[in-house]
Amino acid sequence: MSNKANLYTAPHVKSTDSTRSIMLDVVIALLPTTFFGIYHFGMKAALIILVSIITCLLTEYVYQSLMNQPVTISDGSALVTGLLLALNLPSTVPLWIPFIGSIFAILIVKQLYGGLGQNFMNPALAARCFLLISFGSRMSTFALDGVSGATPLAMLKEGETVNTASLFVGNIAGCIGEVSSIAILIGAAYLLLKRVISIRIPFTYIITFALFMLIFSGRGFDLNYLGAQIFGGGLLLGAFFMATDYASSPVTPVGKIVFGVVLGILTGIFRLFGGTAEGVSYAIIITNLLVPLIEKVTVPVVFGREGIKREK
Amino acid sequence: MNKYSERLYNGVIKENPTLVLMLGMCPTLAVTTRAFNGLGMGLTTLVVLMLSNFMISVLRNIISDKIRIPAYIVVIASLVTILQMLLQAYIPALNDSLGIYIPLIVVNCIILGRAESYASKNPPLLSMMDGVGMGLGFTIALTIIGAFREILGNGTIFGLSQITIFNFSISFPKGYEPMSIFVLAPGAFFVLALLTAFQNKMQLPSATNKKGKDCTSGCANCNSQKGGK
Repeated sequence: MSNKANLYTAPHVKSTDSTRSIMLDVVIALLPTTFFGIYHFGMKAALIILVSIITCLLTEYVYQSLMNQPVTISDGSALVTGLLLALNLPSTVPLWIPFIGSIFAILIVKQLYGGLGQNFMNPALAARCFLLISFGSRMSTFALDGVSGATPLAMLKEGETVNTASLFVGNIAGCIGEVSSIAILIGAAYLLLKRVISIRIPFTYIITFALFMLIFSGRGFDLNYLGAQIFGGGLLLGAFFMATDYASSPVTPVGKIVFGVVLGILTGIFRLFGGTAEGVSYAIIITNLLVPLIEKVTVPVVFGREGIKREK
Repeated sequence: MNKYSERLYNGVIKENPTLVLMLGMCPTLAVTTRAFNGLGMGLTTLVVLMLSNFMISVLRNIISDKIRIPAYIVVIASLVTILQMLLQAYIPALNDSLGIYIPLIVVNCIILGRAESYASKNPPLLSMMDGVGMGLGFTIALTIIGAFREILGNGTIFGLSQITIFNFSISFPKGYEPMSIFVLAPGAFFVLALLTAFQNKMQLPSATNKKGKDCTSGCANCNSQKGGK
């Protein structure tokens, strides 16, 4: 460095984070639950994950090539979308389901709205809901050890009881990536330690949901029931990996808390009073639509201006 | 092109009420779950539009400006009521599948819009042709949207799973599983948006591509003609 003063304008604090490094962190965090899903459901699950990821990458590549845009498949965001979509599918679906879902996620939800960072809702979840509405019976057929079985939430809805310990380990029926709470929590801990996600959204989401269930489920303080509701469905996967999606969650700190509370209430309403046992994906994509509004009313006060009222 | 056929061209292509003006979205999105429903809704609206344009044009010098909207509504509502009774009598199946959307033709903004912007200023026969043109444009658009939604969402077209033209027949692939989202509300938006994208790509007139075919000399030229905003 020369003796002359190096002058440059703000910002002076720089980070080495890039889209690619963040996406890589998310993929690493998803690995435990991915591997558990493959171990639990067999090679069929691995095939679904593979088809989903490859279709996402190809769709993004083809679209951006055709539109003469810079091709951004190497930033890993399409990879994450593909992986998340596959983790949200039952292991029994035929392989054309992840294929159609991936095209919908990347083409319609992500690229047509302007690509990375412009999508107004989580592409993977939007695709899951698209598939859920289109192919209802295929998307709600779950298997456990090769035999079709009901998910813990469906069993709860029928009034049966479930074993909370097996929920925690993951010895249950469900979507590929949602079965093992331990694996999801390991990945979530990695993301929190690397500060890729903030604790605000998942924490307020899960707490609000638990309180809602405590008040409205009519079971009172039943730990077994409450535990099954929290660990038995897609709540953890949704709270840590999908609700925290950068493009479709609020950036303001207070906004994140409001976002989590709305998510918790909506999920509770869908699960308790809705027609189906699960409601996380609908709750997240609906709340995604509220994000611009939440951000507008939760703009933080600039440091040193606490006393000054905001101009109207 | 004489002024009568110009009205037809205007209604079907240049100012297609659904695909270019984006008017009457409520029936467009709600009833086009099947190609047959789209066709039925379109033809019903065509008849109302034709007759209401004619009658309002005949009465245009008698109706006072201050009460013109209520007067138009009375004319349109009478026509719709007559038509619904006829449908109930002769095509009950269509009447059942369109349901509440037949009475709602009264408040269809295409009909009121044409009465206000065209029939109230032009002679009866020309207004009638305008109604036919607009109605045809509406019918064609609704049938196209309905056909796409029926093919994707139900695996049939006009209720048939196999189409035979002379000795040549096309049938839907056996393993095809219909995507039922296309017969629900979101599917209507998907199809409409993709059709508009297609119109833009083909440089046809569309809601977001007003200049269409006639534009040959770039946008700067148009802006300067307008006086350069």
